Amino acid sequence: MTRHSPKAAPSGARNEPPLDAVDRTIVNALQGGFPLGERPYRDVAEGLGLAEDTLIERLKSLLERGVLSRFGPMYHAEKMGGGLTLAALSVDDDDFARIAVLVNAHPEVAHNYRRDHAFNMWFVIATERPGDIARVIAAIEAETGLDVLNVPKEEEYFIGLRFEA
Amino acid sequence: MTATTPIPTPIDAIDRALIRATQDGLPLHPRPYDAVGRAVGIPGGEVRARMDKMLASGIIRRIGAVPNHYRLGYRVNAMTVWDVADDALVTLGPAVGALAFVSHCYRRPRAGARWPYNLFAMVHGKDRAGVDRHIDDIRRLLGAAAAGGDVLLSTEILKKTGLRL
Repeated sequence: MTRHSPKAAPSGARNEPPLDAVDRTIVNALQGGFPLGERPYRDVAEGLGLAEDTLIERLKSLLERGVLSRFGPMYHAEKMGGGLTLAALSVDDDDFARIAVLVNAHPEVAHNYRRDHAFNMWFVIATERPGDIARVIAAIEAETGLDVLNVPKEEEYFIGLRFEA
Repeated sequence: MTATTPIPTPIDAIDRALIRATQDGLPLHPRPYDAVGRAVGIPGGEVRARMDKMLASGIIRRIGAVPNHYRLGYRVNAMTVWDVADDALVTLGPAVGALAFVSHCYRRPRAGARWPYNLFAMVHGKDRAGVDRHIDDIRRLLGAAAAGGDVLLSTEILKKTGLRL
Protein backbone atom coordinates (compact mmCIF):
# COMPACT_ATOMS: atom_id res chain seq x y z
CA MET A 1 0.00 0.00 0.00
CA THR A 2 1.28 3.43 -0.84
CA ARG A 3 1.22 5.59 2.22
CA HIS A 4 2.42 8.76 0.56
CA SER A 5 0.73 10.19 -2.44
CA PRO A 6 3.33 10.95 -5.11
CA LYS A 7 4.71 14.47 -4.92
CA ALA A 8 3.07 15.14 -1.57
CA ALA A 9 5.96 14.39 0.68
CA PRO A 10 9.12 16.35 -0.10
CA SER A 11 7.32 19.66 -0.36
CA GLY A 12 4.58 18.30 1.88
CA ALA A 13 3.77 20.92 4.47
CA ARG A 14 0.09 20.27 4.97
CA ASN A 15 -1.93 22.48 7.26
CA GLU A 16 -1.97 20.06 10.14
CA PRO A 17 -2.07 20.98 13.80
CA PRO A 18 1.48 21.01 15.16
CA LEU A 19 2.54 18.26 17.51
CA ASP A 20 1.90 19.08 21.12
CA ALA A 21 4.24 18.24 23.99
CA VAL A 22 2.68 14.80 24.58
CA ASP A 23 2.94 13.88 20.89
CA ARG A 24 6.60 14.91 20.88
CA THR A 25 7.33 12.89 23.97
CA ILE A 26 5.77 9.82 22.37
CA VAL A 27 7.55 10.22 19.01
CA ASN A 28 10.90 10.77 20.70
CA ALA A 29 10.52 7.93 23.18
CA LEU A 30 9.06 5.19 21.01
CA GLN A 31 11.50 4.90 18.09
CA GLY A 32 12.85 1.63 19.44
CA GLY A 33 12.96 -0.70 22.39
CA PHE A 34 9.21 -1.23 22.77
CA PRO A 35 8.88 -3.99 25.39
CA LEU A 36 7.60 -7.54 25.02
CA GLY A 37 5.52 -7.68 28.20
CA GLU A 38 1.87 -8.63 28.45
CA ARG A 39 0.80 -4.97 28.80
CA PRO A 40 3.57 -3.10 26.98
CA TYR A 41 1.57 0.10 26.37
CA ARG A 42 0.80 0.34 30.09
CA ASP A 43 4.49 -0.22 30.97
CA VAL A 44 5.69 2.44 28.52
CA ALA A 45 2.92 4.87 29.48
CA GLU A 46 3.91 4.65 33.15
CA GLY A 47 7.46 5.62 32.30
CA LEU A 48 6.21 8.63 30.34
CA GLY A 49 3.73 9.74 33.00
CA LEU A 50 0.74 8.93 30.78
CA ALA A 51 -2.28 6.66 31.08
CA GLU A 52 -2.26 3.49 29.00
CA ASP A 53 -5.35 4.48 26.99
CA THR A 54 -3.91 7.95 26.37
CA LEU A 55 -0.77 6.43 24.87
CA ILE A 56 -2.81 4.09 22.66
CA GLU A 57 -5.12 6.89 21.48
CA ARG A 58 -2.18 9.19 20.78
CA LEU A 59 -0.38 6.50 18.79
CA LYS A 60 -3.54 5.89 16.77
CA SER A 61 -3.82 9.61 16.03
CA LEU A 62 -0.14 9.98 15.12
CA LEU A 63 -0.50 7.09 12.66
CA GLU A 64 -3.73 8.46 11.19
CA ARG A 65 -2.18 11.90 10.77
CA GLY A 66 0.87 10.38 9.09
CA VAL A 67 3.34 11.68 11.68
CA LEU A 68 4.30 8.07 12.20
CA SER A 69 4.46 5.92 9.10
CA ARG A 70 4.43 2.72 11.13
CA PHE A 71 4.47 1.28 14.63
CA GLY A 72 5.66 -2.24 15.29
CA PRO A 73 8.56 -4.60 14.66
CA MET A 74 11.06 -3.66 11.95
CA TYR A 75 12.23 -6.76 10.14
CA HIS A 76 15.64 -7.40 8.60
CA ALA A 77 14.92 -8.96 5.20
CA GLU A 78 18.28 -10.63 4.73
CA LYS A 79 18.40 -12.23 8.17
CA MET A 80 15.05 -13.82 7.35
CA GLY A 81 16.75 -15.37 4.37
CA GLY A 82 15.32 -12.93 1.85
CA GLY A 83 16.94 -10.79 -0.82
CA LEU A 84 17.43 -7.04 -0.73
CA THR A 85 19.12 -4.62 -3.06
CA LEU A 86 19.27 -0.99 -4.11
CA ALA A 87 18.83 -0.35 -7.81
CA ALA A 88 18.64 2.64 -10.11
CA LEU A 89 17.55 3.65 -13.59
CA SER A 90 18.47 6.56 -15.78
CA VAL A 91 15.13 7.67 -17.22
CA ASP A 92 14.27 10.39 -19.75
CA ASP A 93 12.28 13.12 -18.03
CA ASP A 94 9.58 12.86 -20.71
CA ASP A 95 9.10 9.18 -19.97
CA PHE A 96 9.55 9.33 -16.21
CA ALA A 97 5.92 8.94 -15.10
CA ARG A 98 5.35 5.93 -17.34
CA ILE A 99 8.51 4.16 -16.15
CA ALA A 100 7.65 4.90 -12.50
CA VAL A 101 4.31 3.12 -12.95
CA LEU A 102 6.04 0.08 -14.46
CA VAL A 103 8.64 -0.13 -11.67
CA ASN A 104 6.18 0.53 -8.83
CA ALA A 105 3.83 -2.16 -10.12
CA HIS A 106 6.28 -4.77 -8.81
CA PRO A 107 5.25 -5.70 -5.26
CA GLU A 108 8.94 -6.40 -4.52
CA VAL A 109 9.73 -2.71 -5.07
CA ALA A 110 9.46 -1.20 -1.60
CA HIS A 111 10.75 2.36 -1.75
CA ASN A 112 11.25 4.40 -4.88
CA TYR A 113 12.66 7.92 -4.94
CA ARG A 114 13.25 10.42 -7.70
CA ARG A 115 16.71 12.00 -7.34
CA ASP A 116 18.40 14.83 -9.22
CA HIS A 117 21.13 12.93 -11.05
CA ALA A 118 21.64 11.12 -14.37
CA PHE A 119 20.50 8.07 -12.40
CA ASN A 120 17.23 9.69 -11.41
CA MET A 121 15.11 6.77 -10.17
CA TRP A 122 16.31 4.82 -7.10
CA PHE A 123 14.41 1.91 -5.63
CA VAL A 124 14.78 -0.88 -3.09
CA ILE A 125 13.89 -4.42 -4.16
CA ALA A 126 13.02 -6.87 -1.36
CA THR A 127 12.24 -10.52 -2.08
CA GLU A 128 11.44 -13.57 -0.03
CA ARG A 129 14.31 -15.53 -1.62
CA PRO A 130 17.70 -14.03 -2.56
CA GLY A 131 17.54 -15.58 -6.03
CA ASP A 132 14.40 -13.62 -6.87
CA ILE A 133 16.29 -10.31 -7.05
CA ALA A 134 17.71 -11.22 -10.46
CA ARG A 135 14.26 -12.17 -11.74
CA VAL A 136 12.75 -8.82 -10.69
CA ILE A 137 15.64 -6.88 -12.25
CA ALA A 138 15.33 -8.85 -15.49
CA ALA A 139 11.59 -8.14 -15.59
CA ILE A 140 12.12 -4.41 -15.01
CA GLU A 141 14.77 -4.30 -17.75
CA ALA A 142 12.46 -6.11 -20.18
CA GLU A 143 9.47 -3.92 -19.39
CA THR A 144 11.30 -0.59 -19.46
CA GLY A 145 13.97 -1.30 -22.06
CA LEU A 146 16.48 0.29 -19.65
CA ASP A 147 19.58 -1.11 -17.92
CA VAL A 148 19.21 -1.43 -14.15
CA LEU A 149 22.15 -0.31 -12.00
CA ASN A 150 22.22 -2.92 -9.22
CA VAL A 151 24.23 -2.01 -6.11
CA PRO A 152 23.50 -4.53 -3.35
CA LYS A 153 24.79 -3.82 0.11
CA GLU A 154 28.21 -5.36 0.75
CA GLU A 155 28.69 -4.06 4.25
CA GLU A 156 26.42 -2.19 6.65
CA TYR A 157 28.24 0.41 8.72
CA PHE A 158 25.24 1.99 10.39
CA ILE A 159 21.47 2.09 10.23
CA GLY A 160 19.07 3.85 12.51
CA LEU A 161 19.13 7.61 12.93
CA ARG A 162 16.64 8.81 15.53
CA PHE A 163 14.56 11.80 14.48
CA GLU A 164 13.62 14.39 17.04
CA ALA A 165 10.11 15.77 17.01
CA MET B 1 25.15 -12.19 0.85
CA THR B 2 26.90 -9.54 2.88
CA ALA B 3 29.86 -9.71 5.15
CA THR B 4 27.68 -8.72 8.10
CA THR B 5 25.06 -11.43 7.52
CA PRO B 6 26.90 -14.53 6.37
CA ILE B 7 24.28 -17.09 7.43
CA PRO B 8 20.59 -16.44 6.83
CA THR B 9 18.69 -17.53 9.90
CA PRO B 10 15.87 -19.84 8.94
CA ILE B 11 12.39 -18.98 10.13
CA ASP B 12 9.58 -21.48 10.41
CA ALA B 13 5.98 -21.26 9.25
CA ILE B 14 4.75 -19.80 12.55
CA ASP B 15 7.44 -17.08 12.51
CA ARG B 16 6.43 -16.30 8.96
CA ALA B 17 2.76 -16.03 9.99
CA LEU B 18 3.84 -13.73 12.85
CA ILE B 19 5.75 -11.53 10.46
CA ARG B 20 2.81 -11.34 8.10
CA ALA B 21 0.49 -10.47 10.99
CA THR B 22 2.73 -7.61 12.17
CA GLN B 23 4.25 -6.20 8.99
CA ASP B 24 1.62 -3.45 8.92
CA GLY B 25 2.22 -2.78 12.59
CA LEU B 26 1.54 -3.94 16.11
CA PRO B 27 -2.12 -3.86 17.19
CA LEU B 28 -3.04 -0.78 19.24
CA HIS B 29 -4.63 -3.01 21.83
CA PRO B 30 -3.73 -3.16 25.54
CA ARG B 31 -2.51 -6.74 25.04
CA PRO B 32 -1.08 -6.48 21.52
CA TYR B 33 0.82 -9.77 21.56
CA ASP B 34 -2.30 -11.67 22.62
CA ALA B 35 -4.12 -10.02 19.70
CA VAL B 36 -1.38 -11.13 17.30
CA GLY B 37 -1.52 -14.62 18.82
CA ARG B 38 -5.25 -14.86 18.15
CA ALA B 39 -4.64 -13.93 14.51
CA VAL B 40 -1.91 -16.55 14.17
CA GLY B 41 -3.45 -19.23 16.39
CA ILE B 42 -0.85 -19.39 19.18
CA PRO B 43 -0.83 -18.04 22.76
CA GLY B 44 0.38 -14.50 23.38
CA GLY B 45 3.25 -15.85 25.47
CA GLU B 46 4.54 -17.78 22.48
CA VAL B 47 4.27 -14.66 20.31
CA ARG B 48 6.42 -12.79 22.84
CA ALA B 49 8.95 -15.62 23.12
CA ARG B 50 9.29 -15.88 19.35
CA MET B 51 9.63 -12.14 18.90
CA ASP B 52 12.23 -12.06 21.67
CA LYS B 53 14.22 -14.71 19.79
CA MET B 54 13.90 -12.79 16.51
CA LEU B 55 15.18 -9.66 18.27
CA ALA B 56 18.16 -11.62 19.60
CA SER B 57 19.03 -13.02 16.16
CA GLY B 58 18.55 -9.64 14.44
CA ILE B 59 15.58 -10.74 12.32
CA ILE B 60 13.73 -7.95 14.13
CA ARG B 61 15.95 -4.86 14.20
CA ARG B 62 13.79 -3.18 16.82
CA ILE B 63 10.18 -2.68 17.83
CA GLY B 64 9.01 0.88 17.74
CA ALA B 65 7.68 3.85 15.85
CA VAL B 66 8.90 4.89 12.42
CA PRO B 67 8.44 8.64 12.11
CA ASN B 68 7.57 10.16 8.78
CA HIS B 69 10.63 12.37 8.81
CA TYR B 70 9.12 14.84 6.35
CA ARG B 71 6.31 15.50 8.77
CA LEU B 72 8.85 16.20 11.51
CA GLY B 73 10.47 18.84 9.33
CA TYR B 74 13.38 16.73 8.03
CA ARG B 75 12.53 17.62 4.44
CA VAL B 76 15.96 17.46 2.82
CA ASN B 77 17.19 13.95 2.07
CA ALA B 78 20.51 13.53 0.33
CA MET B 79 22.06 10.27 -0.76
CA THR B 80 25.77 11.04 -0.68
CA VAL B 81 28.05 8.66 -2.57
CA TRP B 82 31.82 8.50 -2.45
CA ASP B 83 34.65 6.76 -4.27
CA VAL B 84 36.82 5.70 -1.34
CA ALA B 85 40.03 3.67 -1.47
CA ASP B 86 39.00 0.11 -0.59
CA ASP B 87 41.55 -0.38 2.16
CA ALA B 88 40.46 2.86 3.84
CA LEU B 89 36.81 1.82 4.04
CA VAL B 90 37.44 -0.48 6.99
CA THR B 91 37.92 2.55 9.22
CA LEU B 92 36.21 5.31 7.25
CA GLY B 93 32.93 3.44 6.67
CA PRO B 94 32.15 3.11 10.40
CA ALA B 95 33.45 6.66 11.01
CA VAL B 96 31.00 8.13 8.50
CA GLY B 97 28.22 5.90 9.87
CA ALA B 98 28.90 7.25 13.36
CA LEU B 99 28.16 10.85 12.33
CA ALA B 100 24.99 11.98 14.12
CA PHE B 101 23.19 13.10 10.96
CA VAL B 102 23.79 9.91 8.90
CA SER B 103 20.81 7.54 8.97
CA HIS B 104 22.20 4.72 6.81
CA CYS B 105 25.75 3.97 5.71
CA TYR B 106 26.77 1.13 3.43
CA ARG B 107 29.52 -0.20 1.24
CA ARG B 108 28.16 -1.08 -2.21
CA PRO B 109 29.89 -2.26 -5.38
CA ARG B 110 31.26 0.16 -7.95
CA ALA B 111 29.79 -0.30 -11.45
CA GLY B 112 32.49 0.88 -13.81
CA ALA B 113 32.94 4.39 -15.11
CA ARG B 114 29.23 5.18 -14.99
CA TRP B 115 29.10 4.53 -11.25
CA PRO B 116 32.51 4.74 -9.48
CA TYR B 117 31.10 5.05 -5.94
CA ASN B 118 31.46 2.45 -3.19
CA LEU B 119 30.38 4.29 -0.01
CA PHE B 120 26.78 5.45 0.48
CA ALA B 121 25.70 7.70 3.36
CA MET B 122 22.16 9.01 3.71
CA VAL B 123 21.98 12.50 5.21
CA HIS B 124 18.80 14.11 6.54
CA GLY B 125 18.23 17.69 7.57
CA LYS B 126 15.65 20.39 7.98
CA ASP B 127 17.07 22.67 5.28
CA ARG B 128 19.51 22.61 2.40
CA ALA B 129 22.15 24.73 4.13
CA GLY B 130 22.27 22.36 7.08
CA VAL B 131 22.56 19.34 4.81
CA ASP B 132 25.35 21.06 2.84
CA ARG B 133 27.28 21.55 6.09
CA HIS B 134 26.81 17.86 6.90
CA ILE B 135 28.11 16.90 3.47
CA ASP B 136 31.18 19.11 4.02
CA ASP B 137 31.75 17.28 7.30
CA ILE B 138 31.76 13.93 5.47
CA ARG B 139 34.09 15.31 2.78
CA ARG B 140 36.56 16.52 5.42
CA LEU B 141 36.41 13.22 7.27
CA LEU B 142 37.14 11.21 4.11
CA GLY B 143 39.90 13.59 3.02
CA ALA B 144 42.36 12.26 0.49
CA ALA B 145 40.95 8.72 0.74
CA ALA B 146 38.01 9.83 -1.42
CA ALA B 147 38.80 10.24 -5.12
CA GLY B 148 35.39 11.78 -5.70
CA GLY B 149 31.84 12.04 -4.54
CA ASP B 150 28.37 13.09 -5.54
CA VAL B 151 25.14 14.18 -3.89
CA LEU B 152 21.73 12.93 -5.03
CA LEU B 153 18.93 14.95 -3.48
CA SER B 154 15.53 13.32 -3.43
CA THR B 155 12.93 15.36 -5.26
CA GLU B 156 9.88 13.09 -5.08
CA ILE B 157 8.75 9.96 -3.27
CA LEU B 158 7.44 7.61 -5.95
CA LYS B 159 6.61 4.71 -3.64
CA LYS B 160 7.08 3.92 0.01
CA THR B 161 5.79 0.72 1.54
CA GLY B 162 6.86 -1.47 4.37
CA LEU B 163 8.44 -4.83 3.86
CA ARG B 164 6.13 -7.26 2.12
CA LEU B 165 6.25 -11.03 2.32
